[in-house]
Amino acid sequence: MIYFDNSATTRPYEEVLETYTKVAHDFFGNPSSLHPAGKQAERLMNQTREMAARLLDVKAKEILFTSGGTEGNNLALKGTAVRHRSRGKHLITSEAEHPSSFETFQQLEQEGFEVTWLPVNKDGVISLVDLKEAVREDTILVSLIHVNNELGSVNPVKEAGNFLKQFPKILFHVDHVQGIGKVPLRIKDSGIDFCTVSGHKFHGVKGTGLLFAREGIVLSPLFSGGKQEHQLRAGTENPAGAAALVKAMRIHFERSAEGNRKLFSLTDELIASLQEIEGIAVNTSANRAPHIVNFSVPGVKPEVLVSAYGEKGMYVSTKSACSSKEPEPSRVLSACGFNRDRAASGIRVSLSYENTDSEIRTFLHYTKEIVPSLLEVVSK
Amino acid sequence: MKQMTYDHILVRYAELSLKGKNRSQFEKRLQHNVRTALKTSFPEVKVKRSFGRMFVQLNGHDEQGVSKVLKGLFGIHSISPALKLENDIDLIREGAVYAIKDALPAEKGTFKVTSKRIDKTFPVRSQKLNRELGAEVLKNTKEIQVDVHNPNVELRVEVRQDGTYLTCRTEYGPGGLPTGTGGKVMLMLSGGIDSPVAGYQMFKRGVEMEAIHFHSPPFTNERALQKVKDLTKVLSRYAGTEIRLHVVPFTEAQKQIHDAVPGEYEMTIMRRVMLRIAEKVAGKRDALALVNGESLGQVASQTLDSMHTINEVTNMPILRPLVAMDKQEVIEIAQKIDTYELSILPYEDCCTIFLPPQTKTKPNRNKANRFESSLDLDAIVKEAAEGTYEQKLSSAEELDKEFEDLL
Repeated sequence: MIYFDNSATTRPYEEVLETYTKVAHDFFGNPSSLHPAGKQAERLMNQTREMAARLLDVKAKEILFTSGGTEGNNLALKGTAVRHRSRGKHLITSEAEHPSSFETFQQLEQEGFEVTWLPVNKDGVISLVDLKEAVREDTILVSLIHVNNELGSVNPVKEAGNFLKQFPKILFHVDHVQGIGKVPLRIKDSGIDFCTVSGHKFHGVKGTGLLFAREGIVLSPLFSGGKQEHQLRAGTENPAGAAALVKAMRIHFERSAEGNRKLFSLTDELIASLQEIEGIAVNTSANRAPHIVNFSVPGVKPEVLVSAYGEKGMYVSTKSACSSKEPEPSRVLSACGFNRDRAASGIRVSLSYENTDSEIRTFLHYTKEIVPSLLEVVSK
Repeated sequence: MKQMTYDHILVRYAELSLKGKNRSQFEKRLQHNVRTALKTSFPEVKVKRSFGRMFVQLNGHDEQGVSKVLKGLFGIHSISPALKLENDIDLIREGAVYAIKDALPAEKGTFKVTSKRIDKTFPVRSQKLNRELGAEVLKNTKEIQVDVHNPNVELRVEVRQDGTYLTCRTEYGPGGLPTGTGGKVMLMLSGGIDSPVAGYQMFKRGVEMEAIHFHSPPFTNERALQKVKDLTKVLSRYAGTEIRLHVVPFTEAQKQIHDAVPGEYEMTIMRRVMLRIAEKVAGKRDALALVNGESLGQVASQTLDSMHTINEVTNMPILRPLVAMDKQEVIEIAQKIDTYELSILPYEDCCTIFLPPQTKTKPNRNKANRFESSLDLDAIVKEAAEGTYEQKLSSAEELDKEFEDLL
């Protein structure tokens, strides 16, 4: 199997699964229980939180364990909007967000908030000038994806954070799900108030994630009913999930410097070779994360290409919603200004540190074979 | 051309200059403490003393990480990341721009250049060097201006025989004396807000420290003891080394006091017994003083009458660094040193558990002695002191043993 769908999810590291099962088995007490088993589980949660904070260079009380990226995004966005609605009802985000942000903003729009959707350029990133112009007296929240999940392009969140520092009433959320470890981002002193991370994108287990919420920020919780997670997320804690997340993050960070160098060399090679194949248009720009390459074969339904690769044991993805018979173009690619044909035929190749040069060559070899033959069928 | 990045940290001493003949001893101790504090996380750093200050050579380690550690060490007045360059005017120009941009990342603000030419063979004289570097910075930045009277940052340039040192940004350490230059004390650590702060204040005076805690299971639970251990770990950051925590089994003593002593004198007698035990443990460990977090008048046991009555049982010095501080001042320090959040965790400690409805705010020695006469004090003290066990705790141990492989 050649697994090139790491932006969808990754295979958990062995060590991570060991942590998960060991904690789930040995420390199954409820951290809120008063007896020694509860105390031990609570102690583990505390140390896990401490370690997460250390890895991200933030404070332990700024770490909230969640069920993943979607929850982190929802909690930061809805939690802020609801809590601070009396300050203003204007929100800012971009047109190229992940659905868990995008649709949250749509929902907030229906509930009476006003959203400014920043356009993105051909590279899939916002312009700071647009951001500066969008800020108003009643703006309470700005949310940006750091590394775009379809294209791999990198938004200028550092610069945005620096700019937003001068507006203490505007909270700034970064969706860091694809970016963590791959594109360096200093959270402390960066103007970032919330930062969403998901465990299974870096070889953790599904259903785990964390939200950085800067000290002193108040939020309206999504779940009520208990004092867990600094009273921001009721529900019995998941020590096994949290420990597994932190273990995965630690391994991921240990590998990231060398891993990213390797990924850049792999994806540079991939992009260069794809560009030489007739019928292929590479959508990912030069301003990119190391692990994602998006390309289109206009005229060919991406589902067809995905299944052709699948037959050969190569797993890639398309981000177009394949629910309807009419191929729905990718919202993100459309927002970048690509025409309908190109936006409707995007293929995403997303790598992890585990992928190899020979896998890339095998993939390219087959691509050179399959793309012309599919195009031939289509053109008849 | 090599990528400019800070390769040294300049460390300035705090009160050491006042210490006359002892000075070099203090400096050596500080150098030792800096080495100890850095060696695990930053194994490649080199620590050298020269010209009345210290240089930490980073050898590739992260400047911010090392700075963070240094900023917590007593005896350090201030630190500045420094560039060491060859005595080459082009390199120095480049370094000047790097240092200013690093100190004023938004490229807004004012600066001045102060050059010293110690190596007189260097062809550019210091006044000229000031002007040249100033011009170079202005050329390469957007909204930065010169202000020689009241600049936001001062770029200091020292041209020495072995190289040119550039510093710009200055951050402050805690001051005080290097840990290990002031003898050993025993801190009475309860788990509340005050006692960890008292410990911290004593570190500032260079003492070595061990801690003693009175544990009364099942009336005080494991979480309360864990909290004290965690507090000790936090304090060990400021010690620059591990701290021995002595845990005294206190249940039996408390029960006996509770049975024999009228409620209003219970607290007073308990304190007297605690002092006796602490003195014994301190003696065993060659500590020369006890330290506690008492602040005059804060609670019933801390009135002057109380202190007078309680203090009777020992002639070992009892240091009370918080004695004249307000609660709010103590809380501010606790927050600064990261003990506050731990201290406010709501677990019972030994002082609150048997708290009688009324405590005498003006106890006297005569009565205290009379109430104690029915207790077999020697046996109580002996048993508690003998049952005391110790644990070495260090902030360097991030995780409990049982969790080590998990995270």
